Amino acid sequence: MNIIVCIKQVPNTTNVQIDEKTGTLKREGVEAVINPFDEYAIEEGVRLKERFGGRVTIITMGPPQAEKALRDALARGADDAILVSDRAFAGADTWATSYTLARAIRTLGEYDIIICGKQATDGDTAQVGPGVAEMLDVPHVAHVKKIENIENNLMTVERMMEDGYDVIEAPLPALVTVVKEINTPRLPSLKGMLASKKAVIPHWGAKELGADKDSIGLAGSPTQVMKIFSPPPRSGGETLSGTPDEMSRSLVEKLQNLKVI
Amino acid sequence: MANEIRVIKEKCTGCILCFRECMFGAISIIDEERQISDGRRIKKLARIDLDKCTFCGACVAACKKFAAIELKKEESAVHLDIDPSHYRGIWIYAEQRHGEISPVVYELISEARRLADKLGVKLSAVLMGDKIESKAKDLIYYGADKVYIFDDPVLAEFQDDPYSELLAKLIAEEKPEIVLMGATNIGRSFASRVAAKIRTGLTADCTALDVDVSTRNLLQTRPAFGGNIMATILTPSHRPQMATVRHKVFKPAAPEPSRKGEVVRKNVNHSELVVRTKFLKFVKDASAKVNLADADIIVSGGRGLGKPEGFKLLEELAEALGGAVGSSRAAVDAGWIAYSHQVGQTGRTVSPKIYVACGISGQIQHLVGMNSSDIIIAINKDASSPMMKMASFALEGDIYEIVPALIKAIKER
Repeated sequence: MNIIVCIKQVPNTTNVQIDEKTGTLKREGVEAVINPFDEYAIEEGVRLKERFGGRVTIITMGPPQAEKALRDALARGADDAILVSDRAFAGADTWATSYTLARAIRTLGEYDIIICGKQATDGDTAQVGPGVAEMLDVPHVAHVKKIENIENNLMTVERMMEDGYDVIEAPLPALVTVVKEINTPRLPSLKGMLASKKAVIPHWGAKELGADKDSIGLAGSPTQVMKIFSPPPRSGGETLSGTPDEMSRSLVEKLQNLKVI
Repeated sequence: MANEIRVIKEKCTGCILCFRECMFGAISIIDEERQISDGRRIKKLARIDLDKCTFCGACVAACKKFAAIELKKEESAVHLDIDPSHYRGIWIYAEQRHGEISPVVYELISEARRLADKLGVKLSAVLMGDKIESKAKDLIYYGADKVYIFDDPVLAEFQDDPYSELLAKLIAEEKPEIVLMGATNIGRSFASRVAAKIRTGLTADCTALDVDVSTRNLLQTRPAFGGNIMATILTPSHRPQMATVRHKVFKPAAPEPSRKGEVVRKNVNHSELVVRTKFLKFVKDASAKVNLADADIIVSGGRGLGKPEGFKLLEELAEALGGAVGSSRAAVDAGWIAYSHQVGQTGRTVSPKIYVACGISGQIQHLVGMNSSDIIIAINKDASSPMMKMASFALEGDIYEIVPALIKAIKER
């Protein structure tokens, strides 16, 4: 089974503190890590390989230093990695990113399943996975919390919804985007880490992908950022005091005055 | 022409404002002593690493005072091959689940109505489902002028293939200038397929919308980096302009049963429709009495509860308030409650009227999932925790004393 996992390198917000004065994220010295949702995608790819055999290929689009995220993924059990990187890709929106990743996957050749994290924690769009599926003309299922089975080229998956989950059957090749519930990612193994250091990671640019120059980067992006601004900081409120009963009565009264209960 | 960005050495004061604003770590401050144009001698200089820069413009905005960063963006290479004036009208996608219109739809109609009136165009809704026609009148009562209906057994349950194909084809035929959808699991799953099919821009999870009447551009404002920055996004040279909109941000209008509108029935051509997936069954989440996404009030628990039984108490509080139960990641990871309740970066994003955080310290990953709530109530032993500091109302003390007292006070009101 040929398994492709698409990942993204994002700024790590795990240990980030909030600036008390401005109420915004302290951004100094933020390191770059694998997008948290993509860790589940990598793990699911490796688990499918363990169940059905095959190879796991990791693809990311990003600057040269995104190679670090690929080596991390290799240390977690993936077999191959490809860095899709070119100055011409910079500023891509979700349309152009989907196009570029789809070109890279076509260049790679045959595949059975593509796995993506539900969304990246920097852009939070959840649009690239389904976009890639459309551009490759394969079906997709988003928000997958379990791959129940794969048999006779049909996969059965559980799709998380607001009110429960749907069970969907899809023919391979297909794309899934996964949520946290799908697995518990393993830590990189020592053997994996050593192997990942030696791995040769090809860099593919616009030329290698045969990408249409009007469909990549900022130029190929239908959406354009007009402005970026900080949201008004959320000011702290009121601290209630007294016994639990006094605090509770005072809170209920305040909520009633605000007409919210 | 490629994108270009540069620091103007004669203007840069080395003040680090841009460095702090760059989310991509592309700016460093280096030592370079020189005289700048106002005569001052400056020792520091900002430097931009072009391999990391995404040309987002955040540093340019941060440096407004000194105007020391110059950004030249590449002109969009793709221009409309069709006159944008052929695209008129605003559409909303009237999402249904199990035959019921999703609540976000009425919020979309009310905001889209305002935009349609500003542009002087019609507001249409697109409804897809099985035996769904009776719902069309509700969409008209809430503000739609026209409802397109695809009513067919193949659409009984949501599947990406038929839904995206039918919507994309209808858009290509009718040419609306704006298409809005709910940023629900359904909307976020197939909107991107539709946008990819018709090669247009899609902006995710918007929390504010407006239109520029002269250019007819939709101003789409959305949070990014977990709400730490806001971005206003345009789709200047493609039509329609597509966006998904966050639930609970806009208020639904009151229905007016006297409103009249047009209902257009569309046929589903089975021989042409591609449906590769198969819907097998739906399994309801039995642990949730109230759906987290729809709840106006959410009572959430975290590590501070100390034990799984704490959620029994929170359920009682949620019931007294008519709300849903949420949780932090720590409580889910401890196995105290199911993942479907998790609020935060790797869980759900919610924006209820009231969010009650019990024993949740307020790590950034949790805050990004709930910081757009109207009122935040924090109950915690530790008054110095971030959640207590940001809360509209902070109650310091033992959860197991305060929550029962609160339940009592609510019942007595």
